[in-house]
Amino acid sequence: MTTTPQAVRRASPRTRRPAKKTATAVDPAAGLLPAAEPVRLLDPAGGALPPHAEYPVPDAGVLRELYRRMVVGRRFDAQATALTKQGRLAVYPSSRGQEACQVAPMLALRDDDWVFPTYRESMALVSRGLDPVEVLTLLRGDWHCGYDPAARRTAPQCTPLATQCVHAAGVAHGESLQGRDTVAFVYIGDGATSEGDFHEGLNFAAVFKAPVVYLVQNNKYAISVPLSRQTAAPTLAHKGVGYGVPSEQVDGNDPAAVLAVLTRAVAHARAGHGPYLVEAHTYRMEPHTNADDATRYRDGAEVDAWRDRDPVARLEAYLRATDGLDDATVAAVAEEAEAYAARLRERMHDTPTVDPLSLFEHVYAEPTPQLVEQREQVRAELAAAAADDERGTR
Amino acid sequence: MAATTMAKALNAALADAMADDERVLVFGEDVGQLGGVFRITDGLQARFGDKRCFDTPLAEAGIVGFAVGLAMSGLRPVVEMQFDAFAYPAFEQIASHVAKLRNRTRGALSVPMVIRVPYAGGIGGVEHHCDSSEAYYAHTPGLKVVTPATVDDAYSLLRAAIDDPDPVVFLEPKKLYFSSAEAALPARTEPIGRAVVRRPGRDATLVAYGPSVPVALESAEAAREEGWDLEVVDVRSIVPFDDATVTASVRRTGRCVVITEAQGFAGVGAEIAARVQERCFHALHAPVLRVSGLDIPYPAPMLEHTHLPSVDRVLDTVARLQFDDQPDPRWLTEGDAA
Repeated sequence: MTTTPQAVRRASPRTRRPAKKTATAVDPAAGLLPAAEPVRLLDPAGGALPPHAEYPVPDAGVLRELYRRMVVGRRFDAQATALTKQGRLAVYPSSRGQEACQVAPMLALRDDDWVFPTYRESMALVSRGLDPVEVLTLLRGDWHCGYDPAARRTAPQCTPLATQCVHAAGVAHGESLQGRDTVAFVYIGDGATSEGDFHEGLNFAAVFKAPVVYLVQNNKYAISVPLSRQTAAPTLAHKGVGYGVPSEQVDGNDPAAVLAVLTRAVAHARAGHGPYLVEAHTYRMEPHTNADDATRYRDGAEVDAWRDRDPVARLEAYLRATDGLDDATVAAVAEEAEAYAARLRERMHDTPTVDPLSLFEHVYAEPTPQLVEQREQVRAELAAAAADDERGTR
Repeated sequence: MAATTMAKALNAALADAMADDERVLVFGEDVGQLGGVFRITDGLQARFGDKRCFDTPLAEAGIVGFAVGLAMSGLRPVVEMQFDAFAYPAFEQIASHVAKLRNRTRGALSVPMVIRVPYAGGIGGVEHHCDSSEAYYAHTPGLKVVTPATVDDAYSLLRAAIDDPDPVVFLEPKKLYFSSAEAALPARTEPIGRAVVRRPGRDATLVAYGPSVPVALESAEAAREEGWDLEVVDVRSIVPFDDATVTASVRRTGRCVVITEAQGFAGVGAEIAARVQERCFHALHAPVLRVSGLDIPYPAPMLEHTHLPSVDRVLDTVARLQFDDQPDPRWLTEGDAA
């Protein structure tokens, strides 16, 4: 922080004016607002910046693990995109370019913390250690949520926008009420901060002092609509102050900074100080999904500019320059990523069998009489079709 | 036995559920210190503390979404929507999450909770305070929808709803809050999913629920003067619906009128009429008829009596059940005349 002449004057006893009886009120927003600039620890090429006053660069060992997971995550993302082109997935929303935001939270959280992902967080979920085939179930279409959310403390990927913001507040408060120090972590995008549930979530979390960390991945577009059409706020991080939620903004393509900021945010929440809002400035390198045509709303030069800020290359450059990463490790990580993708490809090759009668399970704990009736009707239809097949009449 | 109001029975059900199970939380707007605008949560915060009965910010989507999270953490939320129409902001949370989480996760995650909604009219309320919103919930698979018409049922169904493994929308007929009856609490009545015959009769079946049950009973009493002996079935549980009890009654009587306060078009009354017709066609002596609210936005207080099903309207409808074996002239067209 630079020292202004005014601050010098105030600090000097000779020139300090006598305190007035009506002392100036302390700004109640002090401590809630984000810093004027996003926190950044590495420059876009991966060079170390001068030490940050509040956020030290994480240890090399942690950053190496972050790098490993980002490389594997990126390869997973590319494989999922390829599977979509091959018709194995109905649709895939890629998070390429957002690897730092996807993966760093997983290093800041414990396994028993709750994660609330959106549809764009497939990479985050595999980075959390979830089975990639279970993660892709939603997009392959054999069921909605393929993993066990209760066992993995990971909510189903949320397609309605921002609704998970309030769920996280509820889980976090419920865990606190039961004496557990669990943190709930929410992924949300820039567009979804316009939804009411984003505001209700922040407000509930703040009022109940629930340990929730909200990470807004500001990737600049909500499908096609740019940020300027979402908000007139100075930054999305500024939305915290209206609810009494402290906030920070971070360079979302600087993996070291994202991890440092989130680690502190998680610690803040776990220590019982209530929710925390982080806005990460990043960029969606791919279209919204494979079904989208991004050339209709943004030009290639913009995308190219962000290519120069690639988070994976940036972290690799930093680690290499600081002797935290050697050629052998880079090669081993690349090999691991390839093997991961190959195994996924193989496992996704077969079309899963789905049982039409499973449609009637899990609507209620026990099917209603009406569902039992409908199940029997479908069972009869299936039996008739099978009999026809056997007779060779179809 | 002592005279108790439905409001007191609901309050007792909440208190007993909280005493029996420390996971039960009660929250919403004004439910803490004030005890709710209808006093259904009166005294709960004083007795159980403000961690178990508490006021929330004024945000219905937030309240229901918060309940989803609390249920995910293993607690049993019971939330109050202050009025029927004020619950609409919560509809996305209810339809997309409360109703679907069990299904989306193949049963790995369930969110048992009770969403209490004071509903329907007849109290001279100003606009947005008198909607009959049951069809929105009943049309959403994954929700159970129940509504009591008696003091005993108010207690028992609410206890059952809190114990239920599935989310329950619990619709409380406002106009019956301060109706009283002899009741020995804790009462236990038929479970969720069962309808009951409130009054046996031979000539026709009146099917009703919630605020329309007293109208049906009064109509049946008045019908005696016309020489009609009417049976009254109280649906109680809109979802799951008890086809067996309703159809058994209509098979006995051969005639059926469905009474709902809600607008008739595409409503729960339409569903019941269709189900009865499908299942009882050969036992019916007349088409299944409906008495419902008019297909208008809920009217201003001075006009609500025209909108709501009345004894006269019910009896006029019963008169069209072809007791004289003649077709209902209302539905005849020129082609039918000969």
